[in-house]
Amino acid sequence: MRLALREALLSFRRAPMLSALSITTIAFSLFAFDLFGLVALNLRSALRQVESRVEIRAFVAEGTRADAASAAVGDVQSFPEVERVTLVSEAEALERARQELGEFEDVFDAGILPASIEVRLREGFRTPDQVREVAERLSKYDFIDDIRYGEEWVEKLYRLRTIATFVGLALGTTFALVSIIIIGSTIRMAVLARAPEIQVMRLVGATRGFIRAPFLIEGLVKGLLGGIIALGLSFVTYATLGRLVIQAEFFSVGHSLLGLLAGALIGFLGSAYSVDRHLRRVA
Amino acid sequence: MSAMVRFTRVTKQYPKGVTALDEVSFTLDRGEFTFLTGPSGAGKSSILKLIFVEERPTSGEVKVIGQSSVTLTPKKIPVLRRKLGVVFQDFRLLPDRTTAENIAFALEVTGAPPKRIDPKVMRVLEQVDLLAKADARPHELSGGEQQRVAIARALVNDPVLLLADEPTGNLDERSARSILDLLCEINRVGTAVLMATHDLDLVRATSFRTLELHHGRLVFDAGTMASGATAGVPGGSST
Repeated sequence: MRLALREALLSFRRAPMLSALSITTIAFSLFAFDLFGLVALNLRSALRQVESRVEIRAFVAEGTRADAASAAVGDVQSFPEVERVTLVSEAEALERARQELGEFEDVFDAGILPASIEVRLREGFRTPDQVREVAERLSKYDFIDDIRYGEEWVEKLYRLRTIATFVGLALGTTFALVSIIIIGSTIRMAVLARAPEIQVMRLVGATRGFIRAPFLIEGLVKGLLGGIIALGLSFVTYATLGRLVIQAEFFSVGHSLLGLLAGALIGFLGSAYSVDRHLRRVA
Repeated sequence: MSAMVRFTRVTKQYPKGVTALDEVSFTLDRGEFTFLTGPSGAGKSSILKLIFVEERPTSGEVKVIGQSSVTLTPKKIPVLRRKLGVVFQDFRLLPDRTTAENIAFALEVTGAPPKRIDPKVMRVLEQVDLLAKADARPHELSGGEQQRVAIARALVNDPVLLLADEPTGNLDERSARSILDLLCEINRVGTAVLMATHDLDLVRATSFRTLELHHGRLVFDAGTMASGATAGVPGGSST
């Protein structure tokens, strides 16, 4: 193991240009993937933010007794889809309208705005069908006058989300495949550059595992270094964009670590594949 | 004593129908020095590759140090190779390592204990008379010296059989002679040597057994002369 480690590190020293080249290649292909990931991440969080505003508003008929309405609020709160239920009284509705539309303050008189029950749905229960379902259940209370939940835009939003998911998956897969292919051929170059060494190892009776070990370590290290550089470049891009254009979201620590792990894994597996292919061809 | 290498009706065909060896049978004993001669393409390298399990026979059986080509699994190949040493016409040294490192490499990658590496390297360097060039890189050495490094590397794992594929092919006459002398010396202390060569002057300079191949067939085996199977002068038919 110590020898494998030494040989792996030696290969960086013996062929600094080739090593730098392959790390750079790995870094840039992972960078492209990271950028895509950032775009996808931000789109998703933007969509989620919009989605979180999906709300059902049930207007309570005038003259409804307060305890009937609050009993209903209790019932609705126990629906599995429901995140939060708020009872907005007539007075509160008026107050809110005054705040939001300050310049028209004087047109609002007490009594013109009805009380309402506002229902916010949990994440994962915001498809058009589910929203409609809850709305229908609400409408069964006989003191409910009218229900609004932005039917049209809920549907549009949902469609947008579906499209975004599919496009994201397709693009993500493509980017990942391209990275893997580029990284794989880079590593293949490194393996070919060391073909004479592999030949000698086989001549003197080194086992397959022994021959593979330095390459696997080398691939792992290159993948990891490439991943770190890619993450760094992504962060610089993100910070620059944040300063110049828009405030966006960056990968969480977990996502970042996952990205580094993926880089190391691609390097490792790419090396394993290349060395095995080479060994099969020469053995 | 049982044979160290036994070929039993070995045929080797390469893709595209080229027959490199055709029903070849012979045996090599422990400690024996044997020449393998014949024109280029006669199948000399194929025989070495089969012994070394770089290739497998198309039919027939190759038995090397008790391991049969019929039953040998890929896992056992490295173990077998550690008992064999090989040198080639083109030396196959690693250009970015010194003489000592090239030799040590053979021990390191076969998992030798680090403490035992240096003494062993020094011992074989002395054996091939290259102690003074231990820190030289291959490009600083002459062809003959490079081949001696390659021989040292082949010897460092204490093989019972040394295979040499045209070891003098790239060398001038004097260097060639000294390589042959070195191989004879190695043989004298107990290692069997199988040397493929088409340099008949070298063959004639010694009185070792000679196997001659022609178009993949064994046409002459001085070792069988005693039994009267074949007559002739070693190498006589290939010039």
